[in-house]
Amino acid sequence: MASGIKDKVAIIGMGCSKFGERWEADVEDLIVEAYQECIADAGIGMEDIGAAWLSTAIEEIHGGKGALPLSFALRLPNIPVTRVENFCASGSEALRGATYAVASGACDIALALGVEKLKDTGYGGLPQRSRGMLNQMWWANYSAPGAFAQLASAYRRKHGIAADDLKRAMAHVSVKSHQNGSKNPKAHLQNIITEEKVLNAPMVAEPLGLFDCCGVSDGAACAIVTTPEIAKSLGKTDLVTVKALQIAVSNGSESGFSDWDGSHVMTARLASRRAYEEAGVREPRKEIGLTEVHDCFSITELVTMEDLGLSGEGEAWRDVLDGVFDADGAVPCQIDGGLKCFGHPIGASGLRMIYELYLQLHGRAGARQVADPRLGLTHNLGGAPHQNVCSVSIIGHHGV
Amino acid sequence: MTALTAIGTYVPRLRLARKAILEGQGKRGGKGERAVCGWDEDALTMAVEAARGCLREADVTVGGITLASTTMPFEERQNATILASALNLGEDIRTLDTGGTQRAGTSALIEAVAAAGPGGDRLVVASDKRESKPGSPQELSFGDGAAAVCVGPGDGIAEVLATRSKSVDFIDHYRGQGRRFDYYWEERWIRDEGYLKLVPGVVTAALEEAGVAPGDVAHAVLPQAVPKAAQGICKAVGLPPEALADSLQDRVGETGTAHPLMMLAAVLEKAEPGQVIVLVGFGQGCDVIVLRATELLADWRSSDWFSGPLARRAEEASYYLYMARNELIERDEGMRAEVDYQSAMTQIYRRRDMLLGLVGGRCTECGTPQFPRARVCVNPACGSFAEQEAYPFADRTAKVVSWSADHLTYTPEPPARYGLIQFEGGGRMFANFTDVAGPEVDVGSDMRMVFRIKEFDRKRGFRRYFWKATPVAGRADDKGGA
Repeated sequence: MASGIKDKVAIIGMGCSKFGERWEADVEDLIVEAYQECIADAGIGMEDIGAAWLSTAIEEIHGGKGALPLSFALRLPNIPVTRVENFCASGSEALRGATYAVASGACDIALALGVEKLKDTGYGGLPQRSRGMLNQMWWANYSAPGAFAQLASAYRRKHGIAADDLKRAMAHVSVKSHQNGSKNPKAHLQNIITEEKVLNAPMVAEPLGLFDCCGVSDGAACAIVTTPEIAKSLGKTDLVTVKALQIAVSNGSESGFSDWDGSHVMTARLASRRAYEEAGVREPRKEIGLTEVHDCFSITELVTMEDLGLSGEGEAWRDVLDGVFDADGAVPCQIDGGLKCFGHPIGASGLRMIYELYLQLHGRAGARQVADPRLGLTHNLGGAPHQNVCSVSIIGHHGV
Repeated sequence: MTALTAIGTYVPRLRLARKAILEGQGKRGGKGERAVCGWDEDALTMAVEAARGCLREADVTVGGITLASTTMPFEERQNATILASALNLGEDIRTLDTGGTQRAGTSALIEAVAAAGPGGDRLVVASDKRESKPGSPQELSFGDGAAAVCVGPGDGIAEVLATRSKSVDFIDHYRGQGRRFDYYWEERWIRDEGYLKLVPGVVTAALEEAGVAPGDVAHAVLPQAVPKAAQGICKAVGLPPEALADSLQDRVGETGTAHPLMMLAAVLEKAEPGQVIVLVGFGQGCDVIVLRATELLADWRSSDWFSGPLARRAEEASYYLYMARNELIERDEGMRAEVDYQSAMTQIYRRRDMLLGLVGGRCTECGTPQFPRARVCVNPACGSFAEQEAYPFADRTAKVVSWSADHLTYTPEPPARYGLIQFEGGGRMFANFTDVAGPEVDVGSDMRMVFRIKEFDRKRGFRRYFWKATPVAGRADDKGGA
């Protein structure tokens, strides 16, 4: 039995660029912005970094393929740099690479940086992407909202929920995230919205309206990791360490076999169960203090509460309406605004989630600081409900 | 005895009122409606559906296929082979494309009669998605549709008594190479010098050969593209006026090479055993086929031959959508339409049974049906590497597990509807939907699979076909939606 990653690696620095429509910024600018905050926070020099991971999902449109965009932008001293791509979970993948490298002893200090420059594509929404020659010859011509909207149809039917009730719960998810995002100066969207506005928005993919969908943003986020021992030797106290890093990947059974009902995300249940085991969490709703989940769409966040075991089966929509996941609720979710308002520069998002939890754990989250974050959980989902890559990470104070 | 052993038709679901066409042109009037293809339909997809309808209940072995059309999607790449693949009839089969004239459907039928013998029935499919300029008389009179007939030496619904042809370079209209639209000569000349002088003699000769007196003909399937031509032929030959078959002009329009066979299907739905039917195709001369309905007709008769396909109907209220769909106007498709749909021929070839025939696999160890056929079984409890046997899904119904109507992804006519479907007997697919009006589909709805265009590669003149799910019921008289 593997001993797991718990407390083997500490995060000693993090940075995050302003997210949004960064019309003035190149990839290089976004990378440097996140890196400079991160390296200053870590209090080390570039020469201390032994290896780096770059996550971009479709950034190659602008910055190019491979590891070069990161190595060039920072003029890294010819260290190993690996580019990772795992749909919208790419950022978590970069952190996993850096964390495992440090845990293995292959290097002392590693860097993970995610970046995406989406606003050079000319699209509102995500750009059209290649799906592989054979796949595109038979897969349904789906978009991200259309794929995630499927959850709503199946969830509603399975639990016998009236369409209006579910729509209202979904609206609450977005209203709450805008409320939170308004307190985050780095967020793409900082405006407060009303439930009425969400309910009356133009339809994107039934039943998802415009305000059920997250922003499409430019941005970068960055982490520097090392072992707790080295962190202490650098003079760090109150360490934030990685408690669990899990990724579950679909193998086609949801869309090709017969036992998935389409109302939840199977991999999220697997990844969270493994993460709780790795981190030693027995009662998630009591032990997890804060979550940053992949709220690409309101319905995704809603069913994710059940997938993570924070709500009972078929109860998330009521919990949402009851405010359980609001900033002042039992388990605040998207305290930074989430993908919905902080924004979703794909390759950066997994690291942005960790960034917020890191700030919260250190008490540095300003106007949106929660009292006692305890353990923080990130859920970073790439793909579609029927075929995806799902990452669940847990971080917290060292030794707690 | 050589006989028609099976018959079927396809009428696209959308019907455009002639009033809507004329209103769109700032004019008044217009009676009835015409059938129009949806954006993902063409002569080939209609041919597939007509042939599926023809073969569904038929107990025949198809030895060869002839596809007749003057609007084939491919000028080079045999369309009949794509049809045979979509029908999953195996690769040891004779296939032939024919066209070039409006009587290509009846000519193909006559060739099939001449060739009838051992080696299986000949499936003759005629299909046309008619092309016409906006504002032309043809735009009003044409319709889109397909018909399929099986011909063989065995028992059937109608016995072939005689066939006769005449070949004359009478140019009522023509279409030169690389041209999209036909060019027409004067209608009165076409009627008086064409139909009324070329057809009657051939019909008379065919009836003589069949040993049938003109007055004994019960049903006359005559071309009616030109007003009063059919009545004139009846009179000249001495056919009873009441024998004149319904032109289908008010509900379908003139469907080109398919039309004589479609009218025949409508006639056979109500003909009595023993009745004689005269079938005529016109174009650079004419074809005449004399048939006699058999005793079996009474047992085999089915509303699926024509009434069923006709009843599956949704009104297309928008002349603009019709024009945009047929690229008669240039519409802003948005940036998402700019994606390059280059297709690898190597890939299409390797997976031709999957892509054209919707053939999946079934695990030989655990028996799980799956799409696509895979090297490793999709059942998590199995995971066998054993080779999977071919498992066709095209004729299996399915239930909707989840769905959405998507306004973001590119489709010529948003919203794009799609969802996860679960096949009866196992296997599932995340599939495009087609021919769906808003409230028709929900979780648990029954769906069936149809062969449609998936994407156009306009840069290279290629189009991809694949299968889509459509509601089983296809409730009649829905409002639009595609």
